[in-house]
Amino acid sequence: MKRQLLLGLILTAAAGVAASAETAPADVAYEDGAVAQSLSGAAGNPEEGAKVISTRSLGNCVACHAITAMPSAAFQGNIGPSLDGVAGRWDEAGLRGIVSDAKMTFDGTMMPSFYKTGPYIRPGDAFTGKAAEGELPPLLSAQQIEDVVAYLMTLKE
Amino acid sequence: MKFRALASTCAIVAFAGVAANADPADDTLVINGEIPIVTHTDAAPPYIEGLTEQYSGWHFREADTRAMEQDDFDNPGMLGVEAAAANWNEVDGTAGKACASCHEAPESMAGVRTQMPKYSEAKGTMMTLEMYINECRTERMGAEAWGWDDAAMVNMTALISSVSRGLPMNVAVDGPAAPYWEQGKEMYYTRYGQLELSCANCHEDNYGNYIRADHLSQGQINGFPVYRLKDAKLSSIHNRFKGCVRDTRAETFKPGSPEFIALEVYVASRGNGLSVESPSIRN
Ligand code: HEC
Ligand code: HEC
Ligand code: HEC
Repeated sequence: MKRQLLLGLILTAAAGVAASAETAPADVAYEDGAVAQSLSGAAGNPEEGAKVISTRSLGNCVACHAITAMPSAAFQGNIGPSLDGVAGRWDEAGLRGIVSDAKMTFDGTMMPSFYKTGPYIRPGDAFTGKAAEGELPPLLSAQQIEDVVAYLMTLKE
Repeated sequence: MKFRALASTCAIVAFAGVAANADPADDTLVINGEIPIVTHTDAAPPYIEGLTEQYSGWHFREADTRAMEQDDFDNPGMLGVEAAAANWNEVDGTAGKACASCHEAPESMAGVRTQMPKYSEAKGTMMTLEMYINECRTERMGAEAWGWDDAAMVNMTALISSVSRGLPMNVAVDGPAAPYWEQGKEMYYTRYGQLELSCANCHEDNYGNYIRADHLSQGQINGFPVYRLKDAKLSSIHNRFKGCVRDTRAETFKPGSPEFIALEVYVASRGNGLSVESPSIRN
């Protein structure tokens, strides 16, 4: 109980500095593919992360990965490995690095880079088939990355 | 509560089981009991390094969809073929001619589809089936060109392809075709769009796997034009290319663009040896 209270306080404190502590996509420091610091400066919310993972227009991670703990996401793909127990294979920094830009961990991987703004070849305006106007925002925001990482950290064996 | 949780776990395990064994269906296709279709080979052409065998997209569809292709009476794509067969005999344009005036029956087109796209010495350029049809319409009939994805055009390509069913795809990749083929190959391995995905990511490295609900095929074009159940109509090769590039969150190319003509040359060659199967049926 006491610990929970403390955690709550830390979270509130972190949220307070979120705006100023956000790391821009170009400034993310990868160390062997891993990213130690929270991109938003705040902690992630696993429930929001679950939404990002299963929603087509957001992360749509289940297009390529199966997650047994997420039965509501129908038709899970098998392009990448199952994410069951992934928190046992990677630490938080490793997962943050993979979700931000998996190519830093797996050279040439098919997995999209979710926290990057380019350069892209013929970038489009979402799924319209038309050219993008101006620089594209990353596929996921700093906080969405943190939310996804927080959810992945719950996937223990 | 406990029971429901258990039941849903079972459902997932069952589904995962299906996905893991998501190999192309072990099945053979004979149309109307008389046209055997080569839908699988044990060896791709030597110039296609990334494939050790070839599969028609037919193998990746569900059993009921596969069955619809076995009999022309069950194949909704044949309605387009019939419409084009009527059109074949209809006079159009200032020269007062129909296709039939010069080409006799549609069966005279047997074998034409196997070589498309084909370099035209007369025009000095690479031409697809659509372009040959429009050349006849505008230069020999005095008729208006059809749009790439007009129903009349797609139906006519289905008719001309259908009389080649069972014959092996055999597009040229050398001589004057070489630069187009090279350009198409380069495109095939380019990771387009914000998702940075190439044709090869999905159709070479992952055929047989599922991307969300979609069972990935090799992206072969021997069955085009295909009747897509979800659109309830025939669809051209370039229309399919357009959609696949768009789905990488990229600025796509236009049907009939020089890029898609080059890509068609290369993708067609990946299927050299598979039978023409058009009009085929897909999701
Ligand atoms: C287009 C397919 C695709 C999508 C979409 C995708 N991934 Fe991946 N992912 C892969 C592949 C393939 C790998 C295996 C890495 C490699 O290339 O060797 C992978 C690896 C991973 C790993 C490492 C798994 C392990 O067990 O080592 C994690 C974690 C991961 N992905 C998370 C995600 C998350 C979270 C998302 C959504 C935000 C996502 N992926 C979206 C294809 C995808
Ligand atoms: C006035 C005569 C004429 C008419 C009418 C005509 N064509 Fe042609 N067509 C030709 C000639 C000539 C060629 C070139 C043959 C060659 O070069 O071997 C040709 C070539 C073609 C080819 C390419 C064949 C190949 O082997 O490369 C196709 C396809 C074709 N025509 C379709 C049609 C269609 C469909 C129609 C009706 C919409 C049509 N043609 C109307 C005379 C005609
Ligand atoms: C993100 C994955 C993805 C990428 C990248 C992709 N496609 Fe596809 N493609 C699909 C899916 C899904 C289908 C429908 C199922 C199937 O046949 O694979 C499909 C179908 C096709 C088909 C129809 C096959 C048939 O038998 O009906 C062709 C042709 C095709 N793709 C060509 C291409 C080409 C060329 C490229 C590159 C410009 C490309 N695709 C890129 C996912 C992809």
